[in-house]
Amino acid sequence: MTHTPALTPAQLEEFGRELDAIREKVVADLGRADVDYIRTVVKAQRGMEVAGRALLMFPLTWLPGTALLSVSKILDNMEIGHNVMHGQYEWTGDPALSGQTFEWDTACPANQWRHSHNFTHHTYTNIVGMDRDIGYGILRMSDDQSWRPYYLGNPVYALLLMVLFQYGVALHELETERIASGEITLGDKREVLQEIWRKTRRQVLKDYVAFPLLAGPFAPFVFTGNMTANLVRNIWAFSIIFCGHFPEGTQEFSIEQSRNETRGQWYYRQILGSANLTGGKLFHILSGNLSHQIEHHLFPDIPARRYAEIAPQVREICQRYGLPYNAGPLPKQFATVVRKIVRLGLPTRRSPLPAVAARVAA
Amino acid sequence: MFTQTYALPRPRIPGRLLALLAGPHGVDRYTELVDPMWTTENRATVVRVQRSTPRSVTLWLRPNHPARFRAGQYLNVTVEIDGRRHTRCYSPANAEGVPMIELTIARHDGRTVSEYLFRSARPGITLGLSAPAGDFVLPAKPPPRLLLIAGGSGITPVMSMARTLADDDRYDGDVAVVHYVRTLDDACYRRQLRMLPGIRALHACTRDTRGDLPGHLDERHLARAMPDPDAVYVCGPTALVDAVRRHHPTAVAESFAPAPLVIPDTPGGGRITFSDSGVEAENDGRTLLDQAESAGLRPASGCRMGICHTCTRRKVHGAVRNVTTGALSTEYDEAVQICVSAPVGDVEIAL
Repeated sequence: MTHTPALTPAQLEEFGRELDAIREKVVADLGRADVDYIRTVVKAQRGMEVAGRALLMFPLTWLPGTALLSVSKILDNMEIGHNVMHGQYEWTGDPALSGQTFEWDTACPANQWRHSHNFTHHTYTNIVGMDRDIGYGILRMSDDQSWRPYYLGNPVYALLLMVLFQYGVALHELETERIASGEITLGDKREVLQEIWRKTRRQVLKDYVAFPLLAGPFAPFVFTGNMTANLVRNIWAFSIIFCGHFPEGTQEFSIEQSRNETRGQWYYRQILGSANLTGGKLFHILSGNLSHQIEHHLFPDIPARRYAEIAPQVREICQRYGLPYNAGPLPKQFATVVRKIVRLGLPTRRSPLPAVAARVAA
Repeated sequence: MFTQTYALPRPRIPGRLLALLAGPHGVDRYTELVDPMWTTENRATVVRVQRSTPRSVTLWLRPNHPARFRAGQYLNVTVEIDGRRHTRCYSPANAEGVPMIELTIARHDGRTVSEYLFRSARPGITLGLSAPAGDFVLPAKPPPRLLLIAGGSGITPVMSMARTLADDDRYDGDVAVVHYVRTLDDACYRRQLRMLPGIRALHACTRDTRGDLPGHLDERHLARAMPDPDAVYVCGPTALVDAVRRHHPTAVAESFAPAPLVIPDTPGGGRITFSDSGVEAENDGRTLLDQAESAGLRPASGCRMGICHTCTRRKVHGAVRNVTTGALSTEYDEAVQICVSAPVGDVEIAL
């Protein structure tokens, strides 16, 4: 049973202030180094994309072509796309880095992502019934989701989601679980569906029709290369993302608990609901710095390259206030996620959510 | 922003196929990585820099697409300083049709962009440009007696007009240029003006006895420069424009000097202009989102706590204070999260 440390309102306020101070210090320091960094990543990504697609035109270079295209898609979606769309580089005034207009190389329409991720997921992180990232509407990822026989297929649905992650993410705003339960109809989601179809169609035409056809007789190689690159990105992104809020030790919250949150309480929920992945600099870049999930959830709109430098300060604050700082290597964290997926596929006794009193000492 | 308007003719990207293959980013976002000038967006490279007076710097820019401005118009120029882009209006001083754009920027103390350009402009840096704009232009057939008056950096559009007329073989009228400066050393283009055929140039120094005319503008200056002009053009500080208009009420004018930003101590006071909706409201100090909603507008919003950036809009001008951090931001054309931004004084927001 995970321990939920209690903090007095005064402590929570001081806690919030200390974290605010970290953010302000970073914001005041933003400048050329940050924008040079992201432009370097963008240049590398686009270079790899062009090189990868060019190499895929020839069967002999299928492997390096696919590898380069895989990394290019990973960088575009994670270190560049996810971070830019969070508004992390809005302060530059560069339209190429504007979160509100950025579109990414994946089937999910950026507008829908901005709504479901930046707003819904980040505001209501780990609140059962409000954060739809808890299970994505098809999985049982929390004890607080009531078990149904449908969930016996939990591991299968997770595997399918992982392989088809691009399309799973694309369909997120469709709220298929609410359509299935009859709460809303497909007709209610007509515009959402049209937008998804428009984006997905262009991506499919690009990767599976246009580029293969350009290669003439070598079309099958380009087709499989593009498919493999998409698959690699899907598996990698799924693994990193699922390690963000589901490893052993992360906590969910009820709607009642999170009502009328102060800033300190919001920070508290973000920390307890998130988990980090340890690794080297390259690992952090390839994970889009989602390896610093805790820092990202505390400060979603500061450039992700800054998370590594503030992590020690965040960790120190957690230690002082007695809060858990959940961090571990990818294989270990992912193993606990897999265990959870399998365990929750079976009926489990509903464990009570940490009581309100346990979170805020009287 | 680099791309303000799209009035300039832009090379068409060949084929929807290319757009599909280069999607979703678009071809520009690949080509500009090879060379920042290889883009359909309007950009320019600085090719030469000269600090001809102690308080001004002249830049010669090579644009990637022809700028096609009319003499007297201005361009929005975007420069990146320590990672942030800033946009300011400058009038090219070269004649119409000359491919190289010549800008002379007056250095104002404490002003970010002019200070940066004066200190750090060098050949090779890339600037963003907009389409030309402005109504301070000569008529299609310029009248025979033309009086052009400039105050300080207002000389730049006037210089463009004078050079264009001097180059124009079909024009044989009389042009007088009067440039108001503090001291003669501050008069940029003094030499160039005197060399222009058919243009009579006079310098009026307000703090120097070496000028052709002493002190501030009055009837004697105007009489000496040109007693009966068919048209008068004036570009400079508001005081100069007002003084000219007292004698020539129909003078065509452009006022250059940036209005000083008056920041009151308390959050409320002043007016908010919601420029996209054509709505105005008294500023009561609450966040821009709250005040917009009270005014009947429905801007997109999300977390209402400054996290998700759903509500980010462009603040055209004015000062806002971040209600979470207390930070004040006064920059023009700045992206602000309206849910945590409280206007201070007059603010114009694009919503």
